[in-house]
Amino acid sequence: MLARRLIPCLDVADGAVVKGVRFRNHRVVGDIVELTRRYAAEGADELVFYDITASPEGRCVDVAWVARVARELDIPFCVAGGIRSVADAEAVLAAGADKVSVNSPALARPALVDELAARFGSQCVVVGIDVDVRGEASRDWRVVANSGKPEQASDAGRDLLAWVREVEARGAGEIVLNAIRHDGVRGGYAHAQLAAVRAATRLPLVASGGAGCAEHFVAVFEHCDVDAALAASVFHSGALPIDALKRTLAARGIVVRS
Amino acid sequence: MSTRVVIVRAGGANFGSLLAACARVGVAATLSDAPATLRSASHVILPGVGAAAQAMRTLRASGLDRVLARLSQPLLGICLGMQLLFESLAEGEVEGLGLLRGRVERLPAAPRWPHMGWNRLDQTRPHALLHGIDAADWFYFVHGYGVADSADAIALSGHGRPFAAAVARGHIAGLQFHPEKSAAAGRRLLANFFALT
Repeated sequence: MLARRLIPCLDVADGAVVKGVRFRNHRVVGDIVELTRRYAAEGADELVFYDITASPEGRCVDVAWVARVARELDIPFCVAGGIRSVADAEAVLAAGADKVSVNSPALARPALVDELAARFGSQCVVVGIDVDVRGEASRDWRVVANSGKPEQASDAGRDLLAWVREVEARGAGEIVLNAIRHDGVRGGYAHAQLAAVRAATRLPLVASGGAGCAEHFVAVFEHCDVDAALAASVFHSGALPIDALKRTLAARGIVVRS
Repeated sequence: MSTRVVIVRAGGANFGSLLAACARVGVAATLSDAPATLRSASHVILPGVGAAAQAMRTLRASGLDRVLARLSQPLLGICLGMQLLFESLAEGEVEGLGLLRGRVERLPAAPRWPHMGWNRLDQTRPHALLHGIDAADWFYFVHGYGVADSADAIALSGHGRPFAAAVARGHIAGLQFHPEKSAAAGRRLLANFFALT
């Protein structure tokens, strides 16, 4: 039986790990390799690195830090940010990443998902989706492009659940659903949207945005049946050590890797 | 004999982490697609990130399929590299290397597809490759296809249905999971492989 995964997310801007609130006002929180080591030692199941400025700036991920991380880590990691082509993905994978995650470039050109799956296999292809929840009805759950740079962020013109089904059909291997209004606010994950996406797809689903305490993780696993929960600030700050969180989850009957 | 580990360069695979994982168990592996280098290795690893059809095309185009078939030293296929050891693969409907009997099928859609994450092993046969590994150890899997029935399975795992997580026959072995991404348990397994002669 698969363990539910805990995934620290390291937002990378200009080669440093940063944290902003609702994608704004980034400040540097630490060195990539140092944080990578700490999370592996604490029992993180996987790491995600988002080069949050790559996509809006129209460039690919800087692979130098990807290679440094690969040398350090003996757990899997995924890289996101500005991957627009098979060649971009190949560079990131060759540097040692296990998976690539695409978001805005897939919205701009959905065939990118098909191309990556054909070349590297679906298991390698994660689609990140930023959703802006403007209301309770699912038509008000809007997919947002370029959310890494708020001034360039725009409604992608896509219904959340339709986009999930489309990327699954195109060969995606995992979905990361990030709720923009929950991100950095530490008020819990976006349950309604996660549960709806869970019902819409067989793909592994990663919850992102809103974790503030252990109870939020328990709740998202229990209520939304997600495969993994991703968080940033609650882990970076040391407020919730992963080993302690795993003990809490295990005590609540949630299967985790120990 | 000294340990000269060669990782087969076959297309756009994730070589960086495998090289680093070998280094962590004290083995300086080299990456090569030169037949002579593969033949002179003490241990050969066929890695696997990629789609099956593309990987087999690369192996055939370079003639490495025939080189791999004639090796007699320990050969370890990892993930897709393990699947390529079999006769046929449903992914892309391609013929594999045919070094092991069986067919690689798509895993069931339920509960999830693909199988991605940490899972455990159920050892079905003792083998030196699994020395010191037990049912409490977790390994990282990320794959959408697997071999349901293999006479050469030494450990099973399950996702929707059981599948071969580790296989071994003579000098040939395969792991459906990624030892290079499986923390301490994975290090143990790689060290076990390098101890095979």
